[in-house]
Amino acid sequence: MVGYVIRRLLLAVFVLWGVATVVFVIVRMVPADPALLIAGETATPQQLAELRHQMGLDLPLIVQYGRYLGDALVGNFGNSYVLSVPAMYLIGQALPNTALLAVLALLLALAVSFPLGLLAALRVNRFGDRAVTTGSLIVQALPGFWVGVVLLLVFSRTLKWLPSAGLTDVQSLILPTIVLALPFIAILTRLTRSGLLEVIGEGYIQTARAKGLPERTVIFPHAIRNAIIPIITVVGLEFGTLLGGAVITETVFSFPGIGRLLVSSIQVRDYNVVQACVVIIAAAFVIINLIVDLLYAYLDPRMRLAK
Amino acid sequence: MVKQTAPAASASAAGPLLSVENLKVEFSTSAGVIRALDGVSFEVSAGETLAILGESGSGKSVTAQTIMALLPKPAGSIAGGSIVYKGRDLAAEPIKQVRELCSTEIAMIFQDPLSSLNPVFQIGYQVAEPFRRRLGMGKKEAWGKALELLKRVGIPNAESRIRDFPHQFSGGQRQRIMIAMAIALDPKLLIADEPTTALDVTVQKQIMRLLADLQAETGMAMILISHDLGVVADVAERAAIMYAGRIVETGTIREVYDHPAHPYTKGLLESIPSAVPIGERLTPIVGSPPNLLALPSGCSFNPRCPFATAQCRNVVPPLRQPAGWQPGHAAACHRSEEVLAHA
Amino acid sequence: MTFAPPTIALHAMQRARRARGAVTARIAVPLIVIGLLTVGAVIVPILYHYDPLHADLLARLKPPGATLSDGSTAILGTDQVGSDLFAQMMDGIRVSLIVGAFTLLIAGVIGVLLGLLAGYFGGWFDAVLMRIADIQLAFPSILLAILIASVLGQGVMNVIIVLSIANWVVFARVTRSQVMSLKGREYVEAARTLGASHFHLIFRTLLPGCIAPILVIATVEFGQVILAEAALSFLGVGVPLGTPSLGSTIASGTQYLATAWWISTLPGIALLILVLATGILGDALRDRLDPRLRSA
Repeated sequence: MVGYVIRRLLLAVFVLWGVATVVFVIVRMVPADPALLIAGETATPQQLAELRHQMGLDLPLIVQYGRYLGDALVGNFGNSYVLSVPAMYLIGQALPNTALLAVLALLLALAVSFPLGLLAALRVNRFGDRAVTTGSLIVQALPGFWVGVVLLLVFSRTLKWLPSAGLTDVQSLILPTIVLALPFIAILTRLTRSGLLEVIGEGYIQTARAKGLPERTVIFPHAIRNAIIPIITVVGLEFGTLLGGAVITETVFSFPGIGRLLVSSIQVRDYNVVQACVVIIAAAFVIINLIVDLLYAYLDPRMRLAK
Repeated sequence: MVKQTAPAASASAAGPLLSVENLKVEFSTSAGVIRALDGVSFEVSAGETLAILGESGSGKSVTAQTIMALLPKPAGSIAGGSIVYKGRDLAAEPIKQVRELCSTEIAMIFQDPLSSLNPVFQIGYQVAEPFRRRLGMGKKEAWGKALELLKRVGIPNAESRIRDFPHQFSGGQRQRIMIAMAIALDPKLLIADEPTTALDVTVQKQIMRLLADLQAETGMAMILISHDLGVVADVAERAAIMYAGRIVETGTIREVYDHPAHPYTKGLLESIPSAVPIGERLTPIVGSPPNLLALPSGCSFNPRCPFATAQCRNVVPPLRQPAGWQPGHAAACHRSEEVLAHA
Repeated sequence: MTFAPPTIALHAMQRARRARGAVTARIAVPLIVIGLLTVGAVIVPILYHYDPLHADLLARLKPPGATLSDGSTAILGTDQVGSDLFAQMMDGIRVSLIVGAFTLLIAGVIGVLLGLLAGYFGGWFDAVLMRIADIQLAFPSILLAILIASVLGQGVMNVIIVLSIANWVVFARVTRSQVMSLKGREYVEAARTLGASHFHLIFRTLLPGCIAPILVIATVEFGQVILAEAALSFLGVGVPLGTPSLGSTIASGTQYLATAWWISTLPGIALLILVLATGILGDALRDRLDPRLRSA
């Protein structure tokens, strides 16, 4: 178990390094000149050269890379070109909002998909299952941004029940949470269903029935305790989809989170902020996956003592 | 090893414990309807051990599953016959009611103890579960009982190992744990479905001995299901040989092994390595196991039978007991007399 | 004495037969839908003489079913520059299909090839590939696409490149795991002992066994790529301004939600139908080709 934990930690660190490097490379490929962006078109060549020297852009690439890594470790991604505040400051403002949204969406998804998946597994191939499976297929095919726009249209513009933009009060959280949670709900429902079906076919379920246990006890806890384990792993993986979806949802609803920060920074070519956003989001994803993996190892007793 | 018989004498006076009569079970598959059991009849009296022997696909496991209402739904269904246990016809009752008998009256252990034990629960929990769920016992008391049972079935260091998980035990120990779970509530009948198939040879003997000892102590009846004639020989009193969903021979185990009256039984016995002197050839049964979707007409065994005649291809032989045979010895073969003479 | 009448088994069999018929329907119907959309995507813009750069301000923001000045009917209304929405949608579908097809082609070929090599040779090549995959999968794919697209700029070709980069991993992983499970099979061993070369083993022996799961994945990925392209275009980092896309149409319609709801709503329905068709097709293929893959 200890060996497993150490190896996972090392892998996570390695991936984080890889992520930071990839972002560094990609952003350096931008044809625009950062100094020009900051100083504006009216700057003289000397001023530009001065600025470039200040920003360290005239150093060899490998040195830039080293400084970048070192800075990244302490959370220094430089300043926003547009607002002249540290990029991390902007992220510090935006990230908690996104985190709130993500957690709410996760809770909603769990609350909805678990019972639905259970229903589908217990009524397999009958009406309940057909309805749930078809429903998930449709939900999975929904374009997230379109659903957001349609919901805005219906609930905000037409019915005027809910606010349409920003993070003003609790009500303004409702629509973004639903839109963000939808694809997750579809995936989780199908996963719960298939996970349970697989477990129900296992031998120990027959043993439980042979012990004369009521069907409810056969499912809770015998089947579910086993089915949960692989589900949790996939939840972690799919959380990345959630984070990606946040970008679109926040744009549609003008929600002040890190996703919208990223998109608007791209549009104004504020590459320091872009860099910082991407690294932070990816880092969050890696950490969550790490937690999920460790949780998995804890829940499955076969893992606890092996390796 | 001579088996001590328990209070079996009193039982036969009151009639058999379990009486299966003309049981027919069907499975509907995407390829068609399979008759897994085609009129199976046998009896088990209190305290006695019946061995049901046959190849895979012969229907022996299905028989056990049907008795315990464990048929996979909705594919499997009882198409006819009765299962009378202590005066109740289990085939006529709803599954929920039959399940109440499970573990308290009739218990079952399965072939592969690794997949039959829940990997995420401690064995103490699993062995204590019948006490807690069926009898409503408190946790401490139930675990105390579980500890006793684990010691009884021979798990070393039971006090410390009771909190371990199934994958931490060897195959033989896992089967012992399963046995402990099964006898927890003192069932009157234990059905063992291929209990030793997944185990090493030396361990097989130990498990068989354990079962025999437990039976001697508690006086419970046993149905041993196996494809291995040797393994059940010391423990079972009677045997029923199954082929393609029917019982083709039945009788006391000594009589069936020494004087087989059905060509299939004869073939089985002749293909056992220990039955043949070293250096001589083994005689396998020709042909391959029957396709349950397309059974031959007449006697299902006829394509592989050295004694087959035209009658065998047309008429299904009933289980019959000609005069002069040992009581209880019956065979479903038109040519039994020749088979016996051929020994 | 109980007799379950044979009708129970008969009913179950009938149900099984109907289920098989349903699977065939689930393959045929989506294929027909996708086929119709493809044909429509090619023909309709031509019929309507659709030109994305042409503006007819007299005809702007007309609701579905309205009659235009030249007597023709705008079946689904017009957008903010007067273009017929139906034709624009079909043209957008054309772009979606093109992007989807090319992305699948590139990502699929690269992914499958790498997966074959990694699964077959194992060793350091496999380890390196898997680490790269791990790093790439650390980015939510939309994020990666947005990042690269922001660097490359708009453009259909860029979108294809971006989405190919984002999606090759899925193909590589599926192929690799299939190869690794087939590697130990006897028919592969047999071919090897017969002296088959690496090339032959990989492409003639192992690859055919991988086709089924790859096909299933490809079908589902097709729909996901189309969704991704629409999302990118919605955000403004996808196709350039002159090229129609369902995503950008929806985006431009957000300003007119109150006055002309059809601009944002209807293209989304078309997108939904297209992606749903691929989803159902992928599911049915999975059920048909390999029930063992039947999972989420």
